[in-house]
Amino acid sequence: MIAIVDYRAGNLTSVARALHFLGFACRVTGDPGVLREAERILIPGVGAAGAAMASLRENGLDQALQGAFAARKPLLGICLGCQIVLGRSEENDARCLNLIPGRVRAFPDGLRAPDGRRLKIPHMGWNTLRLRSRHPVFAGLEEGDSFYFVHGYYPQPEDPACVVAETEHGIRFPSALASGSLVAVQFHPEKSGRPGLRLLENFCRWNPAGGTGGAEPC
Amino acid sequence: MLSKRIIVCLDVRDGRTTKGVRFRDNVDVGDPVEMARHYYEQGADEIVFYDITASAERRGILIDVVRRVAATIFIPFAVGGGIRSIEEMRAVLLAGAEKVSVNSAALRRPALIDEGAAAFGRQCIVLGMDVLRVGVRPGIASGYEVVIDGGRRPTGRDALAWAEEAEARGAGEICLNSIDADGTQEGYELEITSRMASRVGIPVIASGGAGRPEHLRDVLTRGQADAALIASMVHFGTWTIPGIKSALHQWGVPVRLRW
Repeated sequence: MIAIVDYRAGNLTSVARALHFLGFACRVTGDPGVLREAERILIPGVGAAGAAMASLRENGLDQALQGAFAARKPLLGICLGCQIVLGRSEENDARCLNLIPGRVRAFPDGLRAPDGRRLKIPHMGWNTLRLRSRHPVFAGLEEGDSFYFVHGYYPQPEDPACVVAETEHGIRFPSALASGSLVAVQFHPEKSGRPGLRLLENFCRWNPAGGTGGAEPC
Repeated sequence: MLSKRIIVCLDVRDGRTTKGVRFRDNVDVGDPVEMARHYYEQGADEIVFYDITASAERRGILIDVVRRVAATIFIPFAVGGGIRSIEEMRAVLLAGAEKVSVNSAALRRPALIDEGAAAFGRQCIVLGMDVLRVGVRPGIASGYEVVIDGGRRPTGRDALAWAEEAEARGAGEICLNSIDADGTQEGYELEITSRMASRVGIPVIASGGAGRPEHLRDVLTRGQADAALIASMVHFGTWTIPGIKSALHQWGVPVRLRW
């Protein structure tokens, strides 16, 4: 069973709908016991890091997720769910799950495009990935595929080897991370058309413990 | 680099698509779910449904449309038209829409924007605004006045002042529709679009007047818009989204080319 963590942080149903469309059964849950039983876990979320972490702690979901990571259970963080896997966030100065050491940083003010245009924050809309390393969850995706983003903060892991993809918005920032059984993406694969569905499907078939479990080798 | 978005607008009445939508290919042009699916496959970056249902009791049909759209298309879509309360916003968002668009109701009661942003996040709240060029006059410093109720009723509000207020209250985007340009297919209103887009820090979607790909190029470059709304130019099959995108790409406008 695939679990989608419910920690009262925004639109969870869109991820569930995408998995349903792909033919995977999933369960939206705020119960740490269900997370312990789950075969794999998605951490979606829209909103602020401080409130999200408070809600996770209140329900014991933080420890369930840390336990799942230690047990090498496949985990996928999306948007806010990507940010809270780092150590700390500049948003609300929130202490986070620290599955990947590093910080979540705010986009600096006064960003400009190469042609001098003022860039807007939050970074919202379709942008491309520059793939930095190969990873089974990104199998079949190509340089230049677009994904849908909505965020004012971005993840900055301490170890650059964790960065799977980067994206440009005035600065080049890490837009996809991976470490062990965890993949975290700043964009919304469930709102990114075919490439996004491909990524979700890859994740649902991924077996980090051995081989690629159904996804094509990349 | 962030792409400029092409947003397709569908008018929906009592759960059916309206406004003389015609197609050459095999699409039920009355069914908003099939239309949305068609534009999703054609590479639309976003879709907006405007509910022009006359009677409140038939509103439930729209929620069913939203639910069916959300089950099959996986790009952001917005719903607007007659949304007056947090409860109505919640129903649309829970059914699977990414954003809600508010217009006349926000002008009558601006706190609707604050409440929506607080409840769902500002990225969910699009302020729709219809403007008319009236010339500079007392209270209308920009020369553009906000009108409501489908463009019939003047409000005495200055378009730029209202845009700034809406941003401060928590709107995540502004969809700026020019009543002068709407329906002409002769191009977007570049002046107010560029003034608004450079004034506010949130994205501005240009609406009204699209008839040819050049019009999108102009509003996305000189007009400084972040996104362009289109309707008739694709509904009648005169242009296709891939055709428009390929032209924009050749003119150097960043667009999403693979989907």
